[in-house]
Amino acid sequence: MVSKPDIDLGDYKYGFSDPEDYHFKSRKGLDEEMVTQISDMKGEPEWMKEFRLKSLEYFQKRPTPTWGGDLSDLDYNDIYYYVRAAESTGKTWDDVPEYIKNTFEKLGIPEAEQKFLAGVGAQYESEVVYHSLREDLENQGVIFLDMDAALKEHPEIVKQYMGTIIPPNDNKFAALNSAVWSGGSFVYVPKGVKVEIPLQAYFRINAENMGQFERTLIIVEEDAYVHYVEGCTAPTYTTNSLHSAVVEIIVKEGGRCRYTTIQNWSKNTYNLVTKRAAAYKNATMEWVDGNLGSKLTMKYPAVWLMEPGARGEVLSVAFATDDMHQDAGAKMVHVAPNTSSQIISKSISKGTGRSTYRGLVKVHKGASNVKANVVCDALLLDESSRTDTYPYMEIEEEQVSIGHEATVSKVAEEQLFYLQSRGVSEADAMSMIVSGFIEPVAKELPLEYAVELNRLIQLEMEGSVG
Amino acid sequence: MSEAPLFQVENLHAGIEGEEILKGVDLTINRGEIHALMGPNGSGKSTLAYIVAGHPNYEVFEGRVLYKGENVLELGADERAQLGMFLAFQYPTTIPGVSMANFLRLAVNSVKGEDDGEGGKKRIAPREFRKMLREKMQMLNIDESFATRYLNEGFSGGEKKRAEILQMAMLEPEFCIMDETDSGLDIDALRTVSEGVNKLYNDNMAMLLITHYQRLLNHIKPQFVHVMLEGQIVQSGGPELAEELEAKGYDWLKETASV
Repeated sequence: MVSKPDIDLGDYKYGFSDPEDYHFKSRKGLDEEMVTQISDMKGEPEWMKEFRLKSLEYFQKRPTPTWGGDLSDLDYNDIYYYVRAAESTGKTWDDVPEYIKNTFEKLGIPEAEQKFLAGVGAQYESEVVYHSLREDLENQGVIFLDMDAALKEHPEIVKQYMGTIIPPNDNKFAALNSAVWSGGSFVYVPKGVKVEIPLQAYFRINAENMGQFERTLIIVEEDAYVHYVEGCTAPTYTTNSLHSAVVEIIVKEGGRCRYTTIQNWSKNTYNLVTKRAAAYKNATMEWVDGNLGSKLTMKYPAVWLMEPGARGEVLSVAFATDDMHQDAGAKMVHVAPNTSSQIISKSISKGTGRSTYRGLVKVHKGASNVKANVVCDALLLDESSRTDTYPYMEIEEEQVSIGHEATVSKVAEEQLFYLQSRGVSEADAMSMIVSGFIEPVAKELPLEYAVELNRLIQLEMEGSVG
Repeated sequence: MSEAPLFQVENLHAGIEGEEILKGVDLTINRGEIHALMGPNGSGKSTLAYIVAGHPNYEVFEGRVLYKGENVLELGADERAQLGMFLAFQYPTTIPGVSMANFLRLAVNSVKGEDDGEGGKKRIAPREFRKMLREKMQMLNIDESFATRYLNEGFSGGEKKRAEILQMAMLEPEFCIMDETDSGLDIDALRTVSEGVNKLYNDNMAMLLITHYQRLLNHIKPQFVHVMLEGQIVQSGGPELAEELEAKGYDWLKETASV
């Protein structure tokens, strides 16, 4: 094993990396042979191999998007598509290789598991290395597995739902994920079961030039509830890493799902994720999305409101610091009448960071009595930072109520002076104003995550005062 | 040698964007004294308040501002507050999403936290802070729900002024400038706010009340009254000067001053 040279991690706390002692590491690049190899190594059924190969075709045919962020520096041939660090998924932390366990300990996962989680999945590179679910939930019929295990243990459910919410040809990166997916979570909550304590998955990239393509499928049956939380980090390298996940969620009649993300990628990571949920009669889907870090994030969590009474909500916070571009937003598609949606987006830009809100509210013909509300607020911390807003509306129905407001503000000198006149330093005053700005989203998080989000933002704020 | 006056302004020439607004102000305030600074709109009263508090947009061309004998003009607004100076704002700013309690905790820690000898500051224990906040709010008849509201957001004029007084109560400054604390208050609110200030004041402190009107001075009684016109203090006297102004307006002083 060769030790890594020291890299200046800056303010990013999670930029450390482990030496590689891997069970399997693919060559770089992507073709049919590679996709077949991944499927064979996983021992998948034939239909899944075909699903992958068909998806690869879609991926190869589709051009790289030219809207959103700048993807010109992303070289698909310079990425490792499949890396298996450990031989198998552990059921206890002692089953996990020591160095990987240490990394997750540094990230605070086992500790959080004991304190306030009902189940944990920990993915390292391509595979999930640890998975657990509280026994009482298991007894109630809740299934929380990594996606590969789900394919083995519940192939009929996976086959029934996978790719129905986000078809492989939906967009280039959904096609890529469908071709090379590995790991991710499978959550099934039976009718009427309410999982009151969050389930969490943590995604860690370790190797240089790594591509991580987890696939998550969540099914919430009638009148059931689940809160799923994901966290993500990666080491800091000078070359590019790629994270391209697909998350599909189905919330059936009267059910509710909340999906919370606190991502904190290193500055060399492309984060190109497709997340979409379908909400049926009187169901509620809520995305709470905290986007920190990454070189470029393009992510627009969507809710398709399929039947009357469905409700969708996206609360998002994006923080772009030097050299980062957060192109994030939300999509609400009102297919049925009497559905409602709310998008609240808060972005903060600092230094050369750039935040973009890109959102769509679509109301299909016949979807009368729809209520939709969009609020996007941008906060600029200095002269060089930048923000843009692209709020698309496609309304094909007249009986609707659509609200939209957008604000851009700079941290006002008067606010800083006011706080400083009470003895508060300029740096603390700036942090306090930023914390207040994201408070409407932070207060929706479980306390531990609200604290974590604030702490991450404070870390990004350090050195922001000249 | 006797102790330096608590607060002194010496020959202060200052303004904003190159324009001189204060044209040679001198003022001395000792511990145990309440002074009133009166004058029409635009005479420079609020400018003086901002400069003393350390607003970064204002420039000082000449002169000094001394606090306990030390020139504070080179210090930041936060450092001045940490020394025990306080400005109650005429128009307090709104800070969305920041609760009164969180803000006060940070302010109290910044002003009263002691150096831990390792370059950091000791924090006031959360329990001690909560106790202190509860006591001060009770003393000022402020409802407990105030603590969880966002700083000045959606506050009425009266609530904003009471919030300023609560901050003063928590930070326990020695020298306070009250900038038009009476403006925008009805009679009842004025009484409540004034009672609060009177409860907080003691002989070890000093205050400068900036106001247009006599009415505040019926509630908080100054020993000294100064009149500012066009950036200079043109007349100083006792409480009777305020009454004279109330009766005659500022015009008679303008005539005298321009001679």
